[in-house]
Amino acid sequence: MRPVAIIGTGITKFGELWEQSLRDLFTEAALKAVEHSKAPRLDALYVGCMAPGLFNGQEHLGALAADYLGMGPIPATRVESACASGGLALLQAVIAVGSGVYDYVLAGGVEKMNDVSGGAATLALGTAADGDYELFFGATFPSLYALMATAHMARHGTTREMLTAVAVKNHFHGSKNPNAQYPFEIKPAAVADSPLVAEPLHLLDCSPITDGAAAVVVAPLDLAKKLVKKPVVVSGFGHATDTLALHHRDDMTELKAVALAARKAYGMAKLAPKDIHVAEVHDCFTIAEIMTCEALGFAKPGEGGRIALKGETRLGGRIPVNTSGGLKAKGHPVGATGVAQIVELVAQLRGEAGARQVKGAKVGLAQNMGGTGASSTVTILEVTK
Amino acid sequence: MIGIIGYGAYIPRYRIKVEEIAKVWGANAENYKRGLGLTEKSVPAPDQDVITLSAEAAKNALKRAGIPANALGCLYIGSESHPYAVKPSATVVADAIGAAGHLHVASLEFACKAGSEGMYIAYSQVKAGVIQYGMAIGADTSQGAPGDALEYSASAGAAAYIMGQGPKVLATVDWTHSYATDTPDFWRREYQHYPRHGSRFTGEPAYFHHITSCAEALLKKSGMKPKDFQYAVFHQPNGKFPMAVGAKLGFAREQMVTGWLVPTLGNTYSGASPIGLTAILDVAKPGDRIFMCSFGSGAGSDGFVFTVTKAAPKVRDLAPKTRDYLDKDRIYLDYGTYAKFRKKILKNLED
Amino acid sequence: MTTSARIWREKPHRYRLEGVRCKKCGRTWVPARQVCPCGSRGLSAMVLPEEGRILTWTVVHTGHPEFSDSTPYALVVVEFGKGARLLMQLADFRREDLKIGRKVKVEFRKVQAAGESGVLCYGYKAVACSE
Repeated sequence: MRPVAIIGTGITKFGELWEQSLRDLFTEAALKAVEHSKAPRLDALYVGCMAPGLFNGQEHLGALAADYLGMGPIPATRVESACASGGLALLQAVIAVGSGVYDYVLAGGVEKMNDVSGGAATLALGTAADGDYELFFGATFPSLYALMATAHMARHGTTREMLTAVAVKNHFHGSKNPNAQYPFEIKPAAVADSPLVAEPLHLLDCSPITDGAAAVVVAPLDLAKKLVKKPVVVSGFGHATDTLALHHRDDMTELKAVALAARKAYGMAKLAPKDIHVAEVHDCFTIAEIMTCEALGFAKPGEGGRIALKGETRLGGRIPVNTSGGLKAKGHPVGATGVAQIVELVAQLRGEAGARQVKGAKVGLAQNMGGTGASSTVTILEVTK
Repeated sequence: MIGIIGYGAYIPRYRIKVEEIAKVWGANAENYKRGLGLTEKSVPAPDQDVITLSAEAAKNALKRAGIPANALGCLYIGSESHPYAVKPSATVVADAIGAAGHLHVASLEFACKAGSEGMYIAYSQVKAGVIQYGMAIGADTSQGAPGDALEYSASAGAAAYIMGQGPKVLATVDWTHSYATDTPDFWRREYQHYPRHGSRFTGEPAYFHHITSCAEALLKKSGMKPKDFQYAVFHQPNGKFPMAVGAKLGFAREQMVTGWLVPTLGNTYSGASPIGLTAILDVAKPGDRIFMCSFGSGAGSDGFVFTVTKAAPKVRDLAPKTRDYLDKDRIYLDYGTYAKFRKKILKNLED
Repeated sequence: MTTSARIWREKPHRYRLEGVRCKKCGRTWVPARQVCPCGSRGLSAMVLPEEGRILTWTVVHTGHPEFSDSTPYALVVVEFGKGARLLMQLADFRREDLKIGRKVKVEFRKVQAAGESGVLCYGYKAVACSE
């Protein structure tokens, strides 16, 4: 595979965007990315979106996206892997460019979630779980992660304080991100005081319902060098799956798909966890960030909560995690999330992250997962020397 | 030797006390407790209905009978609160217990008598040699209209019986008799949520007339007297009626108290006398005689004379006992939660 | 979600806990599957035991609208012997029942209803065994 770089990024404001539709959001982010990249044309696009049929009554999103982007009748594909749709759209673009089939490919992600009621959104998101054997019996996403949290707390001594530390840290990071849905800090006591959603998870342990889109343009490194000053190279990636149903896993305190995807990505990049300067991980719930930090090797098994409590994952810490505010504070438009992570890392590696800049960041890692971790992508980015 | 080869009860875990209901309607709880002869009643959980109660009772009966479910030649469920107006409860239960396929299935309705009539039909089919084993279930999750006297008593429970013949028989059916007339003491019209009743007309011309007519004929037919029985169980819409009708027929309190569950169970309608009989079978000794007479509004009674065999003590511990369901692990509800469970609260429907 | 055909075909699993045992690795699965995750296609029919133990639990306070009459409701993952695991609701629960390792048994319950006039959907739920 020839080396591939990211040459441009675009993102919308994340939040309750009442005036913007699914197509508006995608088009805004995609246009920004294309303009930012200075690409002469697009050869193809991939758009990650989890459930436009359920949220917006709209399938066939590839064609819609290409139509409204107005860059010609290019091949356009919707990619779906639940909340990992965005991360996977990026990998499809990387593989397509890496293979030599296309030169300039846009990888976008979008989700317009506020067009339905809270109950309908819960059901739509629930379809990422096992419909006949989890959703049917009353499982919701908060409840599935709550089941993991209960098991993790019992096995590893993870505490309420550790879960709270993740939420407080991500809101601190989000307070420095103007695109975040919740760009403000929260007090630790506020987390446990917020309503219980699924014990032990409170409302402030959960990522919100968000509208938003993000996009990046991918190109071969040799062409990228001619267009942009600091191309960000995709030096490693991995993608793996696990059982769809949480209860079918041997160990509900582990995210095997994340660990497998990470192993592939580290191998390809010839890097180890200690080499990562900044990471964006899939903190759909506070417990998810704890478990992904373990699966990615930032913490030993069972220690994910402790590194958050010690401040190791905070800006200025050993391994800053979710400098964008994460899904928790930045917001979680599910299909857009995996691409938004890349947008954040590109800014960090180019030294353009402003108040939330990790000093000297040269290597970043993004981890995006679907369902309860039944699919996960891991992408390692490096700024060219 | 033809009779019962397996039996099982099921009673929900939730209860509501008379005081809790009386408080809401500004009624005097002591008057109701004295007048109805009961202090609390069982309440089905939101996820329980006649089908689920029947399935659990049926599984208990199969455990005691020790036969495979697919050996059943019939399955009848008698109830006045079948979850579907059109679609049999009994096919769901048959599939849930693994009996679906080659068997005769019917959902029966005859107010509170539907359970015992299923027992009679299943027994008759075995006796006729048409089938080897037959199951009959009486179950209800009936509702009294809010504030009506029935609200204090209408409860939930199920009892299942498997009829058969041979050495498995744990209680023989020695005699039967039935009695029925057109007596409109209690009814529910199509599409109505709650039943209506004739108030005091439900007593003398309905409950008492039909039970005494059936019971006296059964005693005469069998050539037996009340003193020949160790146990007697009657339909129990409240605490008072069964004791009164039993006394009138010549039965003593000690004979009736074992199957008299209504003071803490409430009126389980089609389940009432069948569940009472399970409590007796849980304790009766070989050779004991049991007299049973049901009553269903509309109106009619089915009577049975049973003799307990030595098989009964061997199988009674294979499934939960009725008194354990009644006395253990109860969860008491306030009226608000009860109203939510019983869908008495108007809610917005999601689109 | 809850059309007649869709719930009808799940009866063996949801009504009677019928599944398969892998002849190679010995693990059991409900619902039945054609290939064991170990790769083997040698699977034989089996039925799960009635009793199991809680592996993990939660209480759902914000759930699906169709469960509003029983909210808050408890969800548990139950392990049956050393075999299959299933997620289900813990019906009629009390606080003290929510413990990892707690013995539970399966009961037949109504799981969902397709609105006010649609088909009723039955299946398994756990209840705590008397201690």
